[in-house]
Amino acid sequence: MNFSQEATAWICASCGGSLELTKVFFSYMKGNFEVDLPACPACDLVLVPESLVSGRMAEAERILEDK
Amino acid sequence: MEKNELIAWENKCIQEESPECTSACPLHVDARLFLKELQRGDWDAAYKVLSKTMPLPGILGRICDHPCEEKCKRGPIGGPIAIGTLEKFCVEKFAGKKRVQPLPRKNHRIAIVGAGLAGVTAAWDLLKKGFIVSVFEPGDRLGGYLWDLPEQLLPRDVLTEELSILEILKADIHLGIRLDTTLFDQICGEYEAVIVDRDSLQGIDLSLPLDSDGLIAIDPATGTTVRDGVLAGGGTRFRGSFSPVMETLEGRKPALSVERMMQKVGLGFGRENEGPQPSRLYTNVEEIASVPRVFPADSARGYTEEETLREAGRCIQCECKECVKKCLFLERYKGYPKKYAREIFNNERILLGAAHQYNVFTNSCSTCGLCETICPNDFSMADMCLEARRELLNLKIMPPSFHEFALDDMAFSNGESFALFRHEPGKSESAWLYFPSCQLCGSAPGEVLSSYRHIRERLSGGVGIMLGCCGAPAFWAGRDDLFREALDGIRTSWEEVGKPRVIIACSTCRNIFQEHLPEIETVSLWNIILESGIPASAGKQCSATPTVSVVDPCASRHDPVGQKNIRRILQSLGMEIDELPLSGETPECCGYGGLMYNANPTLARDVVERRTTASDNDYLAYCAMCRDNFAFAGKRISHIIEHLFPTVEGADPAARGWISWSERRAGRVRVKETILRELGEKMDAQSEEYEKLNLTMSPEVRKRIDERRILEEDIRKVIYRAESTGKKMRSKESGNYLAYLQPANVTYWVEYVPEGDGFSVLNAYCHRMKIVGIKK
Ligand code: SF4
Ligand code: SF4
Ligand code: SF4
Ligand SMILES: [Zn+2]
Repeated sequence: MNFSQEATAWICASCGGSLELTKVFFSYMKGNFEVDLPACPACDLVLVPESLVSGRMAEAERILEDK
Repeated sequence: MEKNELIAWENKCIQEESPECTSACPLHVDARLFLKELQRGDWDAAYKVLSKTMPLPGILGRICDHPCEEKCKRGPIGGPIAIGTLEKFCVEKFAGKKRVQPLPRKNHRIAIVGAGLAGVTAAWDLLKKGFIVSVFEPGDRLGGYLWDLPEQLLPRDVLTEELSILEILKADIHLGIRLDTTLFDQICGEYEAVIVDRDSLQGIDLSLPLDSDGLIAIDPATGTTVRDGVLAGGGTRFRGSFSPVMETLEGRKPALSVERMMQKVGLGFGRENEGPQPSRLYTNVEEIASVPRVFPADSARGYTEEETLREAGRCIQCECKECVKKCLFLERYKGYPKKYAREIFNNERILLGAAHQYNVFTNSCSTCGLCETICPNDFSMADMCLEARRELLNLKIMPPSFHEFALDDMAFSNGESFALFRHEPGKSESAWLYFPSCQLCGSAPGEVLSSYRHIRERLSGGVGIMLGCCGAPAFWAGRDDLFREALDGIRTSWEEVGKPRVIIACSTCRNIFQEHLPEIETVSLWNIILESGIPASAGKQCSATPTVSVVDPCASRHDPVGQKNIRRILQSLGMEIDELPLSGETPECCGYGGLMYNANPTLARDVVERRTTASDNDYLAYCAMCRDNFAFAGKRISHIIEHLFPTVEGADPAARGWISWSERRAGRVRVKETILRELGEKMDAQSEEYEKLNLTMSPEVRKRIDERRILEEDIRKVIYRAESTGKKMRSKESGNYLAYLQPANVTYWVEYVPEGDGFSVLNAYCHRMKIVGIKK
């Protein structure tokens, strides 16, 4: 999954800077998860798109819940 | 679940027991599977089923006296399946090679003395198991009286061919022996064990004690005689009735005993199940239409292929699965309770790191109790799943997502926003205490308030009020700690006001009180209303259709009086009732019970979906969650309280539609506020800054976020934080904002845009994966 489209569609409203694809770390129950996502490293803001949440992330949550 | 508990659960579910036909068969031939293969037209597979259990299938398949048919469940509905004739068809049809694969050779030498049906059966069984077998027959051929059977029943060439299999299996055959005690003693000395076919002795005396029929006396369970290493069987025809299949069993029993002797294990252990047995399997044939038995057009030739398909097609394929037929949850996982008991047991023992595939399963049961009511042995999946949930908590593998939302909702109801406990306004004592339930207050706050006013008018001695949650969600979640806390809260308040009788509007709450607070006397609100008179305001609703179908909540299952009272109220309101197929003792759950909707929302949705289509009538509920869940699925449904205490005259309550979790919370707050106002008090809850934000949302967005279990409060918090810190993103194209917040275990995302003095919410979503950090 590539989120470069989202990265160009949104800007950081806090500093006005553009979002760059950056590695973002997640954790849930006993598992970890990392994805390249649009983010503003300066303001520590990330963008987790809905498509990721309802797709791969929901799947990963479900798998970890059965661990 | 401990091993002994597993066994107890397993014993309760009889789904895996043998059907009547197999149990009645002395050899326990799997007739059900045999018939299934015939139904599929797979003759070879059908033959394999027979040959798995039957010795010499070519013979027995033709001459068996089929005691199985007498017990067949098809009997009363068209006549028993003609298993015997079908076996004959099958063994005649079978053209494949009769391969008998003996087990690896064993160095034990066994003698069979006498080669009637029992003797050749014993030889067959032992040869298949790899023993070295010698057969001694006084006559000049194997088979004994089998040769006396009519050619039409058992053609000679078939008999010759079948018996030749013993030679192929390398039996050492001695015919025409002159059997006397000397030779017999010699055989007994040379072989490790000897099996005597009593049918072939024809008066030969072997110096063994005889029974009252003149046959060598044996222990009927094992076939042993008084002489060590000598066993016997067969000869049942000398007792009057001749049963080929019983005669076969007479050969099989001593053969099994010999095998055990050679393995040096107990001969008699666990053999009480051999031979014909009563079946423990329950099969419901109530809805099975009668189909007459198929008789072969040419009775001498037996069935044609087409006749076989028709006759085998009548087999019911007996099984229980009564509960599975009625419960979508049990059906969905493709098993039945006995299997599920094993899965739950194994799930608890899975090594760390491997998949616990039964976590969701364990938490998907609505604990509605339907299975226990239908099951011939009262198997309660609810009890098993609730216990298993406690164990998942214990093992610390219970995913928080399964119950958190419901437990938060319960905490809300037992917190300052809703929980309340007071005497009736203007009174200082309570003969009664009204407990209208958190969900009904959430769903119908105005009606609840009217009902409180109504019962205060009708009852004397003071009607106090208790707002809160009975603790059911904690009970369902296996959270005994939170459940105790809720119960203790209720008990303390109740004691404080002098232990009044408690009036309860919700069936689930009432069950919880009755089972877990037995010291409290409870009475249903509907009963009070029926006895003290229906309010004058009642029934002023225009119902588009005067006929309704009552959805009994699962929690009312064991309350036939309460169920009848509801119907009496409805009838006195002029409504016609058209009962649903599953009502009274057998309603399903609406998906709220057991927190099914929390752990398995898809299943809960399907359960409701299936129930909404059971009838086209408007539904009438008397459980708030039933009303709300059916309404969410788009079904026209109203709650009885809406008819008794209409808030808007002439409205159509069945058209009210769904309400959100946020609205339910608001409803509860409204009930509390209103009662406090009457008492001259005020809410002491401080309102937070974020609560003042003005939100607008389209109906679609409102429904979508509700399905995702996002509350308006969560959205307010996200927007409030984003607006006060500036931490948000902006779309270049639309100018919409996107912001997020992780207040506890869930991260909420909101897309919004400022509008007037507030915000228009365009979308919201959430996840449980925690954002830990960004690579810098
Ligand atoms: S209906 Fe079929 S499975 Fe049931 S007892 Fe008869 S033969 Fe056996
Ligand atoms: S949902 Fe009801 S019928 Fe189904 S297994 Fe659970 S308690 Fe039994
Ligand atoms: S009703 Fe269900 S639990 Fe009970 S014996 Fe039948 S299959 Fe098993
Ligand atoms: Zn920034």
